Amino acid sequence: MTAPEPLVAVPVRHWGRWVSGALVIASLVALVNAFAHADVRWSTTKHFLTVDTIVSGAGRTLLISVLAQALGIVIGVVVAVMRQSGNPVTGAVAWLYVWFFRGTPVLLQLLIWYNLALVFPTILGHSTNDLMTPFLAALLGLGINEGAYMAEIVRAGLASVDEGQSEAAQSLGMTRGLMLRRIVLPQAMRVIIPPTGNEFINMLKTSSLAFTIQYAELLRAATSIYTSNLQVIELLFTVAVWYLLLTSVFSVFQYYLERRFSRGASRELTPTPLQRLRANLTKAPRL
Amino acid sequence: MVLAEQVHKHFGKLEVLKGIDLQVERGQVCCLLGPSGSGKSTFLRCINHLERVTAGRLSVDGELVGYREQGEKLYELRETETAAKRAEIGMVFQRFNLFPHMTALGNVVEAPIRVRRQPREQAVARGRALLDRVGLADKVDAYPAQLSGGQQQRVAIARALAMDPKLMLFDEPTSALDPELVGEVLDVMRDLASDGMTMVVVTHEMGFAREVADEVVFIDGGVVVESGPPAQVIDDPVMKRTRDFLRKVR
Repeated sequence: MTAPEPLVAVPVRHWGRWVSGALVIASLVALVNAFAHADVRWSTTKHFLTVDTIVSGAGRTLLISVLAQALGIVIGVVVAVMRQSGNPVTGAVAWLYVWFFRGTPVLLQLLIWYNLALVFPTILGHSTNDLMTPFLAALLGLGINEGAYMAEIVRAGLASVDEGQSEAAQSLGMTRGLMLRRIVLPQAMRVIIPPTGNEFINMLKTSSLAFTIQYAELLRAATSIYTSNLQVIELLFTVAVWYLLLTSVFSVFQYYLERRFSRGASRELTPTPLQRLRANLTKAPRL
Repeated sequence: MVLAEQVHKHFGKLEVLKGIDLQVERGQVCCLLGPSGSGKSTFLRCINHLERVTAGRLSVDGELVGYREQGEKLYELRETETAAKRAEIGMVFQRFNLFPHMTALGNVVEAPIRVRRQPREQAVARGRALLDRVGLADKVDAYPAQLSGGQQQRVAIARALAMDPKLMLFDEPTSALDPELVGEVLDVMRDLASDGMTMVVVTHEMGFAREVADEVVFIDGGVVVESGPPAQVIDDPVMKRTRDFLRKVR
Protein backbone atom coordinates (compact mmCIF):
# COMPACT_ATOMS: atom_id res chain seq x y z
CA MET A 1 0.00 0.00 0.00
CA THR A 2 1.40 3.41 -0.88
CA ALA A 3 1.19 6.33 1.52
CA PRO A 4 -1.78 8.59 0.80
CA GLU A 5 -1.25 11.97 -0.88
CA PRO A 6 -0.33 14.73 1.58
CA LEU A 7 -3.31 16.95 2.37
CA VAL A 8 -3.43 20.33 0.69
CA ALA A 9 -5.49 22.90 2.54
CA VAL A 10 -5.65 26.68 2.68
CA PRO A 11 -4.45 27.62 6.19
CA VAL A 12 -6.67 29.78 8.40
CA ARG A 13 -5.97 33.47 7.67
CA HIS A 14 -5.26 35.57 10.73
CA TRP A 15 -6.33 39.00 9.48
CA GLY A 16 -6.38 40.38 13.02
CA ARG A 17 -2.66 39.72 13.42
CA TRP A 18 -1.80 41.61 10.25
CA VAL A 19 -3.93 44.60 11.20
CA SER A 20 -2.70 44.80 14.81
CA GLY A 21 0.90 44.27 13.65
CA ALA A 22 0.61 47.14 11.24
CA LEU A 23 -0.88 49.36 13.96
CA VAL A 24 1.97 48.55 16.35
CA ILE A 25 4.61 49.30 13.71
CA ALA A 26 2.91 52.56 12.81
CA SER A 27 2.81 53.69 16.45
CA LEU A 28 6.46 52.74 16.92
CA VAL A 29 7.48 54.78 13.90
CA ALA A 30 5.49 57.74 15.23
CA LEU A 31 7.10 57.40 18.66
CA VAL A 32 10.65 57.15 17.31
CA ASN A 33 9.95 60.08 14.99
CA ALA A 34 8.65 62.16 17.90
CA PHE A 35 11.74 61.51 19.99
CA ALA A 36 14.10 62.03 17.07
CA HIS A 37 12.71 65.53 16.48
CA ALA A 38 12.28 66.34 20.17
CA ASP A 39 14.59 68.66 22.08
CA VAL A 40 17.11 65.94 22.93
CA ARG A 41 20.72 66.02 21.74
CA TRP A 42 21.14 62.30 21.05
CA SER A 43 24.79 62.78 20.18
CA THR A 44 25.33 63.87 23.80
CA THR A 45 23.53 60.79 25.10
CA LYS A 46 25.71 58.61 22.92
CA HIS A 47 28.87 60.47 23.84
CA PHE A 48 28.37 60.01 27.57
CA LEU A 49 27.73 56.26 27.25
CA THR A 50 31.49 55.69 27.20
CA VAL A 51 32.65 58.54 29.42
CA ASP A 52 34.79 57.29 32.32
CA THR A 53 32.56 58.62 35.10
CA ILE A 54 29.51 56.87 33.67
CA VAL A 55 31.32 53.61 32.94
CA SER A 56 32.82 53.41 36.40
CA GLY A 57 29.38 54.32 37.79
CA ALA A 58 27.91 51.37 35.91
CA GLY A 59 30.73 49.23 37.25
CA ARG A 60 29.86 50.27 40.80
CA THR A 61 26.17 49.56 40.16
CA LEU A 62 27.11 46.07 39.02
CA LEU A 63 29.52 45.59 41.93
CA ILE A 64 27.11 46.68 44.67
CA SER A 65 24.27 44.68 43.08
CA VAL A 66 26.28 41.46 42.88
CA LEU A 67 27.64 41.82 46.42
CA ALA A 68 24.31 42.83 47.95
CA GLN A 69 22.51 40.02 46.13
CA ALA A 70 25.14 37.52 47.29
CA LEU A 71 24.73 38.75 50.86
CA GLY A 72 20.96 38.49 50.45
CA ILE A 73 21.17 34.91 49.18
CA VAL A 74 23.41 33.81 52.04
CA ILE A 75 21.15 35.46 54.62
CA GLY A 76 18.07 34.10 52.86
CA VAL A 77 19.28 30.49 52.95
CA VAL A 78 20.32 30.75 56.60
CA VAL A 79 17.06 32.40 57.65
CA ALA A 80 14.91 29.94 55.67
CA VAL A 81 16.72 27.00 57.27
CA MET A 82 16.39 28.65 60.70
CA ARG A 83 12.67 28.99 60.14
CA GLN A 84 12.37 25.32 59.20
CA SER A 85 14.60 23.99 61.95
CA GLY A 86 11.91 23.32 64.52
CA ASN A 87 14.01 25.17 67.09
CA PRO A 88 11.65 27.81 68.55
CA VAL A 89 14.44 30.31 69.27
CA THR A 90 15.92 30.38 65.76
CA GLY A 91 12.44 30.25 64.31
CA ALA A 92 11.36 33.35 66.22
CA VAL A 93 14.57 35.23 65.35
CA ALA A 94 14.05 34.44 61.68
CA TRP A 95 10.44 35.55 61.79
CA LEU A 96 11.38 38.83 63.52
CA TYR A 97 14.07 39.53 60.92
CA VAL A 98 11.72 39.05 58.00
CA TRP A 99 9.02 41.07 59.75
CA PHE A 100 11.27 44.09 60.27
CA PHE A 101 13.22 44.25 57.03
CA ARG A 102 10.31 43.42 54.78
CA GLY A 103 8.11 45.83 56.67
CA THR A 104 10.16 49.00 56.17
CA PRO A 105 11.16 50.77 52.93
CA VAL A 106 14.65 49.98 51.69
CA LEU A 107 15.36 53.69 51.15
CA LEU A 108 14.68 54.26 54.84
CA GLN A 109 16.97 51.37 55.75
CA LEU A 110 19.75 52.84 53.57
CA LEU A 111 19.41 56.21 55.31
CA ILE A 112 19.47 54.58 58.76
CA TRP A 113 22.63 52.58 57.98
CA TYR A 114 24.30 55.67 56.59
CA ASN A 115 23.38 57.71 59.65
CA LEU A 116 24.23 54.97 62.13
CA ALA A 117 26.74 57.32 63.74
CA LEU A 118 23.82 59.28 65.19
CA VAL A 119 22.82 56.15 67.14
CA PHE A 120 26.23 54.67 67.91
CA PRO A 121 28.96 57.32 67.59
CA THR A 122 31.66 54.67 68.00
CA ILE A 123 31.77 50.96 67.27
CA LEU A 124 34.47 48.97 69.10
CA GLY A 125 36.47 52.15 69.62
CA HIS A 126 36.33 53.28 66.00
CA SER A 127 34.37 56.25 64.78
CA THR A 128 31.19 55.01 63.13
CA ASN A 129 31.37 57.79 60.59
CA ASP A 130 34.73 56.49 59.38
CA LEU A 131 33.55 52.89 59.26
CA MET A 132 30.21 53.46 57.59
CA THR A 133 31.33 54.50 54.13
CA PRO A 134 28.67 54.98 51.45
CA PHE A 135 29.77 51.63 50.01
CA LEU A 136 29.33 49.74 53.27
CA ALA A 137 26.04 51.43 54.07
CA ALA A 138 24.72 50.58 50.60
CA LEU A 139 25.93 46.98 50.86
CA LEU A 140 24.37 46.44 54.29
CA GLY A 141 21.17 48.30 53.46
CA LEU A 142 20.52 46.55 50.15
CA GLY A 143 21.87 43.13 51.17
CA ILE A 144 20.13 42.78 54.50
CA ASN A 145 16.86 44.00 53.04
CA GLU A 146 17.26 41.53 50.18
CA GLY A 147 17.86 38.70 52.65
CA ALA A 148 14.31 39.06 53.95
CA TYR A 149 12.88 38.50 50.48
CA MET A 150 15.33 35.72 49.64
CA ALA A 151 14.37 33.94 52.86
CA GLU A 152 10.80 33.66 51.64
CA ILE A 153 11.92 32.49 48.20
CA VAL A 154 14.24 29.85 49.66
CA ARG A 155 11.52 28.71 52.05
CA ALA A 156 9.13 28.17 49.14
CA GLY A 157 11.89 26.27 47.33
CA LEU A 158 12.58 23.97 50.27
CA ALA A 159 8.86 23.31 50.69
CA SER A 160 8.58 22.37 47.01
CA VAL A 161 10.84 19.33 47.38
CA ASP A 162 8.89 16.10 47.79
CA GLU A 163 8.83 14.71 51.31
CA GLY A 164 9.87 11.32 49.95
CA GLN A 165 13.27 12.83 49.18
CA SER A 166 14.03 13.64 52.81
CA GLU A 167 12.66 10.26 53.90
CA ALA A 168 14.96 8.50 51.45
CA ALA A 169 17.91 10.61 52.60
CA GLN A 170 17.14 9.94 56.26
CA SER A 171 16.75 6.23 55.70
CA LEU A 172 20.26 6.22 54.20
CA GLY A 173 21.57 7.60 57.48
CA MET A 174 22.00 11.23 56.43
CA THR A 175 21.88 13.93 59.08
CA ARG A 176 19.71 17.02 58.52
CA GLY A 177 22.64 19.17 57.43
CA LEU A 178 23.94 16.67 54.90
CA MET A 179 20.45 16.03 53.57
CA LEU A 180 19.84 19.75 53.14
CA ARG A 181 23.14 20.31 51.36
CA ARG A 182 23.18 17.30 49.07
CA ILE A 183 19.54 16.39 48.46
CA VAL A 184 17.04 19.11 49.29
CA LEU A 185 18.79 22.38 48.37
CA PRO A 186 20.00 21.22 44.92
CA GLN A 187 16.41 20.29 44.07
CA ALA A 188 15.01 23.45 45.61
CA MET A 189 17.36 25.47 43.37
CA ARG A 190 15.12 24.81 40.38
CA VAL A 191 12.32 26.66 42.17
CA ILE A 192 14.61 29.24 43.81
CA ILE A 193 16.55 30.42 40.76
CA PRO A 194 13.86 32.04 38.57
CA PRO A 195 12.57 34.39 41.30
CA THR A 196 16.17 35.03 42.40
CA GLY A 197 16.93 36.18 38.87
CA ASN A 198 14.04 38.60 39.15
CA GLU A 199 15.36 39.75 42.50
CA PHE A 200 18.77 40.44 40.97
CA ILE A 201 17.29 42.45 38.13
CA ASN A 202 15.35 44.38 40.75
CA MET A 203 18.57 44.83 42.69
CA LEU A 204 20.37 46.28 39.66
CA LYS A 205 17.70 48.99 39.56
CA THR A 206 17.05 49.38 43.30
CA SER A 207 20.77 49.98 43.85
CA SER A 208 20.15 53.39 42.26
CA LEU A 209 18.62 54.39 45.62
CA ALA A 210 22.16 54.33 46.99
CA PHE A 211 22.71 57.64 45.21
CA THR A 212 20.92 59.30 48.13
CA ILE A 213 23.72 58.20 50.47
CA GLN A 214 26.53 59.46 48.24
CA TYR A 215 27.48 56.12 46.74
CA ALA A 216 28.88 56.90 43.27
CA GLU A 217 26.86 54.38 41.27
CA LEU A 218 25.43 54.92 37.81
CA LEU A 219 22.65 57.37 38.62
CA ARG A 220 24.86 59.40 40.93
CA ALA A 221 27.52 59.58 38.19
CA ALA A 222 24.94 60.97 35.79
CA THR A 223 23.52 63.51 38.23
CA SER A 224 27.00 64.72 39.11
CA ILE A 225 27.62 65.41 35.42
CA TYR A 226 24.32 67.06 34.58
CA THR A 227 24.39 69.39 37.57
CA SER A 228 27.39 71.01 35.91
CA ASN A 229 26.60 70.72 32.18
CA LEU A 230 22.78 70.90 32.52
CA GLN A 231 22.22 68.22 29.85
CA VAL A 232 19.72 66.57 32.16
CA ILE A 233 17.53 64.51 29.86
CA GLU A 234 20.45 63.43 27.66
CA LEU A 235 22.26 61.94 30.66
CA LEU A 236 19.13 60.31 32.03
CA PHE A 237 18.75 58.53 28.68
CA THR A 238 22.41 57.48 28.89
CA VAL A 239 21.65 55.92 32.25
CA ALA A 240 18.54 54.20 30.87
CA VAL A 241 20.60 52.61 28.09
CA TRP A 242 23.14 51.37 30.62
CA TYR A 243 20.49 49.83 32.87
CA LEU A 244 18.86 48.10 29.89
CA LEU A 245 22.25 46.78 28.84
CA LEU A 246 22.98 45.39 32.30
CA THR A 247 19.56 43.75 32.74
CA SER A 248 19.59 42.31 29.19
CA VAL A 249 23.01 40.72 29.59
CA PHE A 250 21.92 39.23 32.88
CA SER A 251 18.71 37.83 31.37
CA VAL A 252 20.76 35.73 28.95
CA PHE A 253 22.96 34.53 31.81
CA GLN A 254 19.84 33.64 33.81
CA TYR A 255 18.48 31.54 30.95
CA TYR A 256 21.55 29.31 30.96
CA LEU A 257 21.62 29.12 34.73
CA GLU A 258 18.01 27.88 34.87
CA ARG A 259 18.77 25.35 32.18
CA ARG A 260 21.70 24.02 34.16
CA PHE A 261 19.57 23.45 37.25
CA SER A 262 16.70 21.78 35.42
CA ARG A 263 18.91 18.71 35.04
CA GLY A 264 17.00 15.60 36.05
CA ALA A 265 13.67 17.43 36.09
CA SER A 266 12.89 16.47 32.53
CA ARG A 267 14.16 13.73 30.27
CA GLU A 268 16.04 16.02 27.94
CA LEU A 269 17.44 19.49 28.32
CA THR A 270 15.63 22.04 26.18
CA PRO A 271 17.90 23.22 23.36
CA THR A 272 19.49 26.64 23.77
CA PRO A 273 18.43 29.32 21.28
CA LEU A 274 21.77 28.85 19.47
CA GLN A 275 21.28 25.10 19.20
CA ARG A 276 17.75 25.65 17.97
CA LEU A 277 18.98 28.09 15.34
CA ARG A 278 21.65 25.66 14.16
CA ALA A 279 19.10 22.85 14.00
CA ASN A 280 16.76 25.01 11.96
CA LEU A 281 19.50 25.98 9.55
CA THR A 282 20.81 22.47 8.94
CA LYS A 283 17.43 20.75 8.89
CA ALA A 284 15.80 20.23 5.53
CA PRO A 285 12.91 22.67 5.12
CA ARG A 286 9.55 21.14 5.97
CA LEU A 287 7.12 20.98 3.09
CA MET B 1 16.57 -9.04 64.42
CA VAL B 2 13.30 -7.13 64.82
CA LEU B 3 11.29 -7.48 68.00
CA ALA B 4 8.04 -5.60 68.55
CA GLU B 5 6.09 -5.79 71.80
CA GLN B 6 2.73 -4.06 72.03
CA VAL B 7 3.79 -1.27 69.66
CA HIS B 8 1.27 1.58 69.60
CA LYS B 9 1.23 4.61 67.35
CA HIS B 10 -1.27 7.38 67.15
CA PHE B 11 -1.38 10.55 65.08
CA GLY B 12 -3.25 12.99 67.27
CA LYS B 13 -6.51 11.23 68.12
CA LEU B 14 -6.17 8.69 65.33
CA GLU B 15 -4.84 5.40 66.65
CA VAL B 16 -3.09 3.60 63.81
CA LEU B 17 -1.23 0.83 65.65
CA LYS B 18 -3.01 -0.73 68.60
CA GLY B 19 -0.42 -3.11 69.98
CA ILE B 20 1.65 -4.94 67.39
CA ASP B 21 3.62 -7.99 68.54
CA LEU B 22 6.04 -9.38 66.02
CA GLN B 23 9.40 -11.06 65.77
CA VAL B 24 11.69 -11.43 62.77
CA GLU B 25 14.78 -13.64 63.08
CA ARG B 26 18.05 -12.97 61.33
CA GLY B 27 17.97 -14.16 57.72
CA GLN B 28 14.19 -14.41 57.69
CA VAL B 29 11.77 -12.82 55.25
CA CYS B 30 8.62 -11.48 56.87
CA CYS B 31 5.73 -10.28 54.70
CA LEU B 32 3.16 -7.92 56.13
CA LEU B 33 -0.23 -8.23 54.49
CA GLY B 34 -3.40 -6.28 55.13
CA PRO B 35 -5.94 -3.87 53.72
CA SER B 36 -4.89 -0.28 53.07
CA GLY B 37 -5.03 1.83 56.21
CA SER B 38 -4.39 -1.19 58.39
CA GLY B 39 -1.16 0.30 59.74
CA LYS B 40 1.35 -2.02 58.09
CA SER B 41 3.28 0.78 56.37
CA THR B 42 3.25 2.86 59.54
CA PHE B 43 4.71 -0.07 61.45
CA LEU B 44 7.42 -0.50 58.83
CA ARG B 45 8.31 3.20 59.13
CA CYS B 46 8.54 2.85 62.91
CA ILE B 47 11.29 0.25 62.48
CA ASN B 48 13.77 2.87 61.19
CA HIS B 49 12.27 5.66 63.28
CA LEU B 50 10.73 7.61 60.41
CA GLU B 51 7.72 7.46 62.73
CA ARG B 52 8.04 7.63 66.49
CA VAL B 53 6.45 4.83 68.47
CA THR B 54 3.90 6.15 70.98
CA ALA B 55 3.93 3.18 73.37
CA GLY B 56 5.37 -0.30 73.58
CA ARG B 57 8.86 -1.51 72.76
CA LEU B 58 10.44 -1.89 69.36
CA SER B 59 14.01 -3.04 68.96
CA VAL B 60 16.33 -3.88 66.11
CA ASP B 61 19.27 -6.21 66.72
CA GLY B 62 18.66 -5.99 70.47
CA GLU B 63 18.74 -2.18 70.60
CA LEU B 64 15.69 0.00 71.15
CA VAL B 65 14.67 2.11 68.15
CA GLY B 66 15.07 5.85 68.78
CA TYR B 67 15.86 5.56 72.50
CA ARG B 68 18.57 4.48 74.90
CA GLU B 69 17.64 2.73 78.09
CA GLN B 70 19.64 3.51 81.20
CA GLY B 71 18.35 2.08 84.43
CA GLU B 72 14.62 2.58 84.39
CA LYS B 73 14.73 5.64 82.19
CA LEU B 74 14.49 6.13 78.44
CA TYR B 75 16.65 8.78 76.79
CA GLU B 76 15.81 10.06 73.35
CA LEU B 77 18.67 9.51 70.91
CA ARG B 78 20.45 12.47 69.34
CA GLU B 79 19.93 13.07 65.64
CA THR B 80 23.40 11.74 64.75
CA GLU B 81 22.79 8.55 66.77
CA THR B 82 19.46 7.92 65.04
CA ALA B 83 21.09 8.59 61.67
CA ALA B 84 23.86 6.08 62.41
CA LYS B 85 21.25 3.43 63.22
CA ARG B 86 19.22 4.19 60.11
CA ALA B 87 22.36 3.76 58.01
CA GLU B 88 22.33 0.07 58.95
CA ILE B 89 18.73 -0.43 57.80
CA GLY B 90 17.91 -0.25 54.11
CA MET B 91 14.54 1.04 53.00
CA VAL B 92 12.77 0.81 49.65
CA PHE B 93 9.75 3.01 49.06
CA GLN B 94 6.58 2.59 47.07
CA ARG B 95 7.38 5.67 45.01
CA PHE B 96 11.13 4.87 44.65
CA ASN B 97 12.24 8.31 45.93
CA LEU B 98 15.41 8.31 43.87
CA PHE B 99 17.33 11.58 43.91
CA PRO B 100 16.32 13.06 40.54
CA HIS B 101 19.36 15.33 40.22
CA MET B 102 21.81 12.44 40.37
CA THR B 103 22.51 9.60 37.93
CA ALA B 104 21.74 5.99 38.87
CA LEU B 105 25.35 5.55 39.98
CA GLY B 106 25.26 8.91 41.79
CA ASN B 107 22.23 7.73 43.75
CA VAL B 108 23.98 4.52 44.74
CA VAL B 109 27.33 6.00 45.81
CA GLU B 110 25.98 9.11 47.57
CA ALA B 111 25.47 7.64 51.04
CA PRO B 112 28.57 5.38 51.06
CA ILE B 113 30.73 8.43 50.22
CA ARG B 114 29.00 11.07 52.36
CA VAL B 115 27.75 9.00 55.30
CA ARG B 116 30.25 6.12 55.44
CA ARG B 117 33.13 8.26 54.10
CA GLN B 118 34.29 5.53 51.75
CA PRO B 119 36.89 6.53 49.16
CA ARG B 120 35.16 7.46 45.91
CA GLU B 121 36.84 4.79 43.74
CA GLN B 122 35.85 2.06 46.16
CA ALA B 123 32.23 3.28 46.36
CA VAL B 124 32.00 3.62 42.59
CA ALA B 125 33.35 0.10 42.00
CA ARG B 126 30.88 -1.29 44.52
CA GLY B 127 28.05 0.82 43.05
CA ARG B 128 28.72 -0.50 39.56
CA ALA B 129 28.75 -4.06 40.86
CA LEU B 130 25.43 -3.51 42.64
CA LEU B 131 23.80 -1.96 39.57
CA ASP B 132 25.08 -4.92 37.61
CA ARG B 133 23.56 -7.26 40.18
CA VAL B 134 20.11 -5.68 39.73
CA GLY B 135 20.54 -5.91 35.95
CA LEU B 136 21.24 -2.25 35.21
CA ALA B 137 24.92 -2.28 34.25
CA ASP B 138 24.07 -0.29 31.11
CA LYS B 139 22.11 2.39 33.00
CA VAL B 140 24.77 3.71 35.40
CA ASP B 141 24.80 7.18 33.84
CA ALA B 142 21.03 7.49 33.31
CA TYR B 143 19.01 9.97 35.36
CA PRO B 144 15.93 8.60 37.16
CA ALA B 145 13.57 10.41 34.76
CA GLN B 146 15.11 8.40 31.91
CA LEU B 147 14.35 5.06 33.60
CA SER B 148 11.17 2.99 33.74
CA GLY B 149 9.46 2.45 37.09
CA GLY B 150 10.89 -1.04 37.42
CA GLN B 151 14.39 0.19 36.64
CA GLN B 152 14.04 3.03 39.14
CA GLN B 153 12.96 0.64 41.86
CA ARG B 154 15.91 -1.62 41.13
CA VAL B 155 18.26 1.37 41.42
CA ALA B 156 16.56 2.17 44.74
CA ILE B 157 17.27 -1.37 45.95
CA ALA B 158 20.92 -1.07 44.85
CA ARG B 159 21.12 2.28 46.66
CA ALA B 160 19.92 0.68 49.89
CA LEU B 161 22.25 -2.32 49.49
CA ALA B 162 25.26 -0.04 49.02
CA MET B 163 25.16 0.69 52.75
CA ASP B 164 25.51 -3.04 53.56
CA PRO B 165 22.35 -3.04 55.67
CA LYS B 166 21.69 -5.79 58.17
CA LEU B 167 17.96 -5.41 57.54
CA MET B 168 15.95 -4.35 54.50
CA LEU B 169 12.51 -2.78 54.69
CA PHE B 170 10.27 -2.76 51.61
CA ASP B 171 7.20 -0.52 51.64
CA GLU B 172 4.91 -1.84 48.88
CA PRO B 173 7.84 -1.87 46.43
CA THR B 174 5.76 -2.95 43.42
CA SER B 175 2.49 -1.09 44.02
CA ALA B 176 3.40 1.88 41.82
CA LEU B 177 4.60 -0.27 38.92
CA ASP B 178 2.94 -1.27 35.68
CA PRO B 179 1.99 -4.97 35.89
CA GLU B 180 4.62 -6.11 33.40
CA LEU B 181 7.39 -4.43 35.43
CA VAL B 182 6.50 -6.06 38.76
CA GLY B 183 8.34 -9.26 37.93
CA GLU B 184 11.78 -7.71 37.45
CA VAL B 185 11.65 -6.09 40.91
CA LEU B 186 10.36 -9.25 42.60
CA ASP B 187 13.19 -11.22 40.94
CA VAL B 188 15.75 -8.93 42.56
CA MET B 189 14.05 -9.30 45.94
CA ARG B 190 13.88 -13.07 45.58
CA ASP B 191 17.59 -13.10 44.82
CA LEU B 192 18.25 -11.02 47.94
CA ALA B 193 16.18 -13.34 50.12
CA SER B 194 18.01 -16.41 48.87
CA ASP B 195 21.26 -14.63 49.76
CA GLY B 196 20.10 -14.62 53.38
CA MET B 197 19.13 -10.95 53.74
CA THR B 198 16.74 -10.23 56.60
CA MET B 199 13.72 -8.55 55.04
CA VAL B 200 10.43 -7.05 56.18
CA VAL B 201 8.16 -6.58 53.18
CA VAL B 202 4.80 -4.83 53.03
CA THR B 203 3.21 -6.23 49.89
CA HIS B 204 0.08 -7.24 48.07
CA GLU B 205 1.91 -9.80 45.95
CA MET B 206 0.50 -13.07 47.30
CA GLY B 207 2.60 -15.18 44.96
CA PHE B 208 5.80 -13.56 46.21
CA ALA B 209 4.74 -13.90 49.86
CA ARG B 210 3.83 -17.55 49.46
CA GLU B 211 7.06 -18.39 47.71
CA VAL B 212 9.64 -16.30 49.58
CA ALA B 213 8.30 -15.48 53.04
CA ASP B 214 9.28 -17.48 56.09
CA GLU B 215 6.56 -15.76 58.04
CA VAL B 216 3.42 -13.94 56.92
CA VAL B 217 1.74 -11.45 59.23
CA PHE B 218 -1.78 -10.30 58.51
CA ILE B 219 -2.48 -6.89 60.02
CA ASP B 220 -5.89 -5.23 60.15
CA GLY B 221 -7.14 -2.32 62.22
CA GLY B 222 -3.72 -1.78 63.82
CA VAL B 223 -3.39 -5.26 65.31
CA VAL B 224 -1.89 -8.56 64.15
CA VAL B 225 -4.86 -10.72 63.22
CA GLU B 226 -2.96 -13.82 62.25
CA SER B 227 0.62 -14.85 61.62
CA GLY B 228 2.55 -17.93 60.66
CA PRO B 229 4.15 -19.63 57.69
CA PRO B 230 2.59 -18.70 54.32
CA ALA B 231 1.14 -22.18 53.82
CA GLN B 232 -0.94 -21.58 56.93
CA VAL B 233 -1.86 -17.87 56.74
CA ILE B 234 -2.37 -17.55 52.99
CA ASP B 235 -3.62 -20.99 52.05
CA ASP B 236 -5.47 -22.05 55.16
CA PRO B 237 -6.29 -18.98 57.28
CA VAL B 238 -8.06 -19.50 60.57
CA MET B 239 -9.51 -16.03 61.09
CA LYS B 240 -12.55 -14.79 59.17
CA ARG B 241 -10.98 -11.34 58.58
CA THR B 242 -7.97 -12.93 56.91
CA ARG B 243 -10.18 -15.09 54.71
CA ASP B 244 -12.30 -12.09 53.67
CA PHE B 245 -9.22 -10.06 52.76
CA LEU B 246 -7.54 -12.83 50.81
CA ARG B 247 -10.72 -13.49 48.85
CA LYS B 248 -10.74 -9.83 47.70
CA VAL B 249 -7.06 -9.78 46.78
CA ARG B 250 -7.23 -12.90 44.64
